[in-house]
Amino acid sequence: MNKVLSRRISRRAVLRGTGALVLSFSLAPRAWSQAAEGAAAGGSSKLPGSLGKNPSLDAWIRVDANGRVTAFTGKVELGQGIKTALLQVVAEELEVPFDQVSLVTADTSRTIDEGYTAGSHSVQDSGTALRNAAAQVREILIAEAARRLKMPGDKLHADAGAVIGPNEARITYAELVSTNLLHVEAQPVSRLKDPGFFKVMDKPVQRVDIPAKVTGAAAYVQDMRLPGMLHARVVRPPSYRAKLLQLDVSNIEKMTGVVQVIRDGNFLAVVAYREFQSIKAMQALSRAAKWQEQAALPQPARLHEYLLGLPTQDQVILDKHDPAGQAAKTLEATYTRPYISHGSVGPSCAVAHLTEGVMTIWTHTQGVYPDRQAIAEMLGLPKEKVRCIHVEGSGCYGHNGADDAAADAAVIANALPDRPVRLQWMREQEHGWEPYGPAMVAKARASLDSAGRIVDWDYGVWSNTHSMRPGPAGSLLAAQHMEKSFPVPEPRPIPQPEGGGDRNAIPLYTLPSARVTSHFLRDMPVRISALRSLGGQMNVFAIESFMDELALAAGSDPVAFRLSHLDDPRARDVVAAAADEFHWSARPAPAGGHGYGFAFARYKNLAAYCAVAMQVRVDHETGRTRVLRVTAAVDTGQVINPDGVRNQIEGAILQSLSWSLFESVSFDTTRITSVDWATYPILRFGSVPETLTVRIIDRPGTPFLGCGEAGQGPASAALANAVANATGKRVRDLPLNAVRVKAIIGV
Amino acid sequence: MIELKVNGKSHNLSADPDTPLLYVLRNDLQLNAAKFGCGLGQCGSCTVLVDGAPTLSCVTPIMLLEGRQITTVEGLGTPEDPGPMQRAFIEEQSAQCGYCIPGMMMRAQALLQRNPRATDAEIRAFLEPNLCRCGTHMRILRAVKRAASLMAGPGSTPSTQTPSAASTQIDASDADSDAQLDRRRPVHSEKRERPER
Repeated sequence: MNKVLSRRISRRAVLRGTGALVLSFSLAPRAWSQAAEGAAAGGSSKLPGSLGKNPSLDAWIRVDANGRVTAFTGKVELGQGIKTALLQVVAEELEVPFDQVSLVTADTSRTIDEGYTAGSHSVQDSGTALRNAAAQVREILIAEAARRLKMPGDKLHADAGAVIGPNEARITYAELVSTNLLHVEAQPVSRLKDPGFFKVMDKPVQRVDIPAKVTGAAAYVQDMRLPGMLHARVVRPPSYRAKLLQLDVSNIEKMTGVVQVIRDGNFLAVVAYREFQSIKAMQALSRAAKWQEQAALPQPARLHEYLLGLPTQDQVILDKHDPAGQAAKTLEATYTRPYISHGSVGPSCAVAHLTEGVMTIWTHTQGVYPDRQAIAEMLGLPKEKVRCIHVEGSGCYGHNGADDAAADAAVIANALPDRPVRLQWMREQEHGWEPYGPAMVAKARASLDSAGRIVDWDYGVWSNTHSMRPGPAGSLLAAQHMEKSFPVPEPRPIPQPEGGGDRNAIPLYTLPSARVTSHFLRDMPVRISALRSLGGQMNVFAIESFMDELALAAGSDPVAFRLSHLDDPRARDVVAAAADEFHWSARPAPAGGHGYGFAFARYKNLAAYCAVAMQVRVDHETGRTRVLRVTAAVDTGQVINPDGVRNQIEGAILQSLSWSLFESVSFDTTRITSVDWATYPILRFGSVPETLTVRIIDRPGTPFLGCGEAGQGPASAALANAVANATGKRVRDLPLNAVRVKAIIGV
Repeated sequence: MIELKVNGKSHNLSADPDTPLLYVLRNDLQLNAAKFGCGLGQCGSCTVLVDGAPTLSCVTPIMLLEGRQITTVEGLGTPEDPGPMQRAFIEEQSAQCGYCIPGMMMRAQALLQRNPRATDAEIRAFLEPNLCRCGTHMRILRAVKRAASLMAGPGSTPSTQTPSAASTQIDASDADSDAQLDRRRPVHSEKRERPER
């Protein structure tokens, strides 16, 4: 501690812009957290979280002359509650009342570039940055108060937006703050509050965005109405490689309310005064357009054989050969998943406005900076002339149509200078054109010794990339479709340790001898990109299904079998907690169609730990699976908002049950055929479990671990394991829909 | 001209008679709550009440609605004075993205007006047409139960009331200063999400 402090003081000796201010951090009588989160141990100079992206403290936190605090984040609200969590972090470390803090989220003119809001990184990256920035701002304000009061800093502390000293000395932040006081470089180590003193963090603070959303206040980009705003719709080709052969727009231009028909190569759009006029014109335009299509999609019934036949780039991501016992039994299995749709309930939308040479786009993208780059390239504008501002949209579970809608709106607004344009996709466009979560195949082989321990493990996963996100213009549909088209960028695998298709392909279990291979598929017959948890859901589904198959072969209880192969104490705690919450050891024997399943993973092997136990009832007549009871345990490190964690885990489990019970993008050899909720059924209330409980294992003072994607894999696998337990038959292909389950259990 | 009664107030509208109610609510009346989800009557995001019955406004043309009483979420209360259904959803924190929630609330409102003591099974069955993609179902079910008890409890307000201007217009025409940016984007720059009145 002393070493850290002395180094910190020396680094602080000269502060840019505030030469008069010398900071002294003292050993105050209050308890402080020992380690700065995110800072590497051993006094590394690496700044915590995203602070390194812009180390100036006032890029993250500003205090105005009224004492109001504004925090800035490059991350965005996707429905995951990040705004509330980040506000809690700032209020806590800065010692200001929660309702005196405002948050500005991603905007290329106002906030830091924190890339995408993805990968369960927001709390880890931005939360850690803001927490450290807030703590450092608090200490600067205390130091400034010490200077003014001519009092040592260790006699002072911060509380409720003021610095408090002995004899009722009190100076508010508003009084303390001056120009450039916070325009200083962040330091690698901060004095973080001890969790025992938390007032706002680790408390179930109510979400700040919910009141507006349940009362009809403007809350989404879909709710924006700018003066003089026009309504636009696009007409997409009927299939991926279709080319426009013929189009007569004269009748469409004459339709009531139509302002303009836009055609640029295969890109078609209509603009009208009223929204429903634009929809009617879109329908007419769609009827008028004649396309040439190609049958270039794989045979859907042989999709996974097709994928296995594609050329691969192989990478061995784990290869270890420690001494192990003699193999007594060897099991092999192949698992598959289909293409899965994000299927946001609200189709993608954007508002764009070209005025005075600047294109402003309000978008629900996950990455305003990469979108700006892609759209600027597409329009041939310098990026300084493009501004992307995040406004919430309907739920975001990865790379959906948001970026494409932003690009569509920009192309249309570019043709109509000085007129704001609102563009929204139709349901069939969202379902038909969003980039899906990739279809995948996993093959597992493992051997048990005579004592029932795993002695050898070989696992391979076949997958496309899991990110075709913007950055390059060619990732945008509009840029692909326009006359002067941009090529689709070369897909690249996302490297370990996070991984893409091979995310979570390395089991967390202790295996003496193991080999894991990532078979990267470059060819993408179907448009794909990032879907919540990337390959993690499929790999955990496969690994955890296979663990159950091994446990059965070893004659072990599934939970005991996992524990006997797990060393990580936090992993063991999560497994034990979920089992305890479920009363796993007291569960009845499977009977009457009832079955019990269990699964566990640590997301990315780097983020939150999550275990799920599940009870199902499988109807023998129909093959329909009804999930009755789910319990989950999660360790997400230091918790910011326990109700937020619960909401995320509950949502992850229910969404994963929807994927795993019902969902599959359908297509013929030419077109995508799942284009609405009738052709792409998802979970409805009738299939929602009777009970779902989440137990949080609190780890105060430990680093934040992202939890937004921790539940998907374990929920899928727990379901498959419960169905296998109920029926005695293993379904290894997702989804476990009634037809598939019925086929395997027979009459 | 078609006259529509929305949340207790009459409006004369110039929209084409075949225009679905949803677009009139959102654009002509600037009411944000009812959402476009599919335009096909498949998801329930656009649900409003017509004479107390849950109705999919995305597929209901306004020419069928003259003289009918239309109620939207804005008719259940305001951000400052939320009605029991709204309070229940806030108290249970029953939203992730929240996009489907107004439709859920209106459908639940229709059920509870008809059957104030709806059982869990009845609530589930009644909400079956409405889709939630974030997986907020457990919380939605809890909120509807809570709304029922708030409506039944002492001090609960009538189920529908005349709204004030609960909707907020996001106006982003001439943005130069940060102050204006803040004002026109309450959505993500103001923390309390209080709409301007």
